[in-house]
Amino acid sequence: MRGGQGAARAPVLQFTNCRILRGRALLREDLWVREGRILDPEKLFFEERRVADEQRDCGGCILAPGFIDVQINGGFGVDFSQAAEDVGSGVALVAQRILSHGVTSFCPTLVTSPPEVYHKVLPQIPVKSGGPHGAGVLGVHLEGPFISREKRGAHPEAHLRSFEANAFQDVLDTYGSLDNVCIVTLAPELGRSHEVIQALTARGICVSLGHSVADLRAAEEAVQSGASFITHLFNAMLPFHHRDPGIVGLLTSDRLPPGRHIFYGMIADGMHTNPAALRIAHRAHPQGLVLVTDAVPALGLGNGRHTLGQQEVEVDGLTAYVAGTQTLSGSIAPMDVCVRHFLQATVTLGKASCCGMKTLRQPCGEAPMVRN
Amino acid sequence: MRLVILDNYDLASEWAAKYICNRIIQFKPGQDRYFTLGLPTGLPRNHPESYHSYMWNNFFKHIDIDPNNAHILDGNAADLQAECDAFEKKIKEAGGIDLFVGGIGPDGHIAFNEPGSSLVSRTRLKTLAMDTILANAKYFDGDLSKVPTMALTVGVGTVMDAREVMILITGAHKAFALYKAIEEGVNHMWTVSAFQQHPRTIFVCDEDATLELRVKTVKYFKGLMHVHNKLVDPLYSMKEGK
Repeated sequence: MRGGQGAARAPVLQFTNCRILRGRALLREDLWVREGRILDPEKLFFEERRVADEQRDCGGCILAPGFIDVQINGGFGVDFSQAAEDVGSGVALVAQRILSHGVTSFCPTLVTSPPEVYHKVLPQIPVKSGGPHGAGVLGVHLEGPFISREKRGAHPEAHLRSFEANAFQDVLDTYGSLDNVCIVTLAPELGRSHEVIQALTARGICVSLGHSVADLRAAEEAVQSGASFITHLFNAMLPFHHRDPGIVGLLTSDRLPPGRHIFYGMIADGMHTNPAALRIAHRAHPQGLVLVTDAVPALGLGNGRHTLGQQEVEVDGLTAYVAGTQTLSGSIAPMDVCVRHFLQATVTLGKASCCGMKTLRQPCGEAPMVRN
Repeated sequence: MRLVILDNYDLASEWAAKYICNRIIQFKPGQDRYFTLGLPTGLPRNHPESYHSYMWNNFFKHIDIDPNNAHILDGNAADLQAECDAFEKKIKEAGGIDLFVGGIGPDGHIAFNEPGSSLVSRTRLKTLAMDTILANAKYFDGDLSKVPTMALTVGVGTVMDAREVMILITGAHKAFALYKAIEEGVNHMWTVSAFQQHPRTIFVCDEDATLELRVKTVKYFKGLMHVHNKLVDPLYSMKEGK
């Protein structure tokens, strides 16, 4: 009988003895790849009539899509909120180093900063595809300065702002260009937030609610205006109260626009959220859970003092505080540690893989598959 | 015929698998000597429940067969009759089928040779009987309008040409069909009965499938199990030279 076809075709690689994520479950299946694209093995078998050129035994491991980190402030000494001359190389360094944590796409995050910083830094962080050189940049996440004074957390009070005067124009004046931005975190209780939320979502930017003292009603109205994400659930917002669940109540709200889901970031580093709280959120709304690191520049460095935005941060083991206080200042747990910790807390293997990632700009997240 | 009766579905499946394994190895297949395995056909392609998907997920992806050696009737072919004729030709070119493995429908059909099919039929396009459509509805979320009403199938004659035929029958709902197939006469209303005239047929079933048979028949064949089991024990392995 005849052998295989076309020597001109690129080689087919078959990963065997592995578990892959499909349809929100982990299945014992092989993964077939050619030139960095995932193949449908049925088409390969029945139409091309080809077998794999190379097989790789995965030793029973899980073959997971690369993680997406939508909130990371820096790492390995790099601080995205610093108005450096060469921001690009800092971003590239972080992009390259987080690959070993399993992250293949990320949103460099800038904390509350003065306008000069945004004007200087933002144009230097373009959207960029990932590859062996480093994780892809999906766009910048701007966390602040339009946030609540009371819930600013580690953000510097001096640089907080409001958009009551000129709504969206204030936003443009503060940030400069929004070209490379994909997420903005703001507090919806601020005056004229609805205009701002609508203007941002009209430009395809994901609006996230966070660092806020909004009650559930204000949060629901923000979602109706277009907000679709919650920044680090439980942290920097009013605690859940049974007569007014606040932003946390969005997880089970029945006032969201039909067909829309709310997504929420959670820091599962073992510090920012008690495992019981992780489980409550997960059980209430598992499809919306997105694991984030909220990692600070101290990620990957040792204990001691480091810079975050305009402030000093003290690192001790797995904890980072605003120097001289007890306020948590972001996390230094890498994404794979967060995933493992989340797994341990919730004991749901398949779903953890779904939660570490999300495609922005889509009402329902679909996990993008790994390339290479 | 041989009638092999095992206690339940799993044991029947395992017995059949071992038998097929031994048959292939005893055949001493090689680069120039292919063992041709025949299987019944199914639904049109490009459907999630298509026979191609079914065969891929349940068979091909678990073995290292060369895709060029897997021949499946294409329900989407432009000229269906030509597709069927070509299939018959391929079987001939392969030297004929060494072992055909099939099941039985509740109406006694083999492959999609519905009641009334000619017992000397060849590969062709068949309109499915309502019984078969109802049985297939479970693959289409119970929506009868979605179940295909036609299928390409190997004919009764095509299967009769195989050197050996194995029929797998499990479950009480198949019991009446089994009774008609082996205890009544050869009848085109129960097409599996055609194999009474085949020199080498083996029926593998579970207890439930024998519910409509005479006690005498069941006792006779159960009494032969020690002979039947010699066909699967010892279980040969390709690694041993024989």
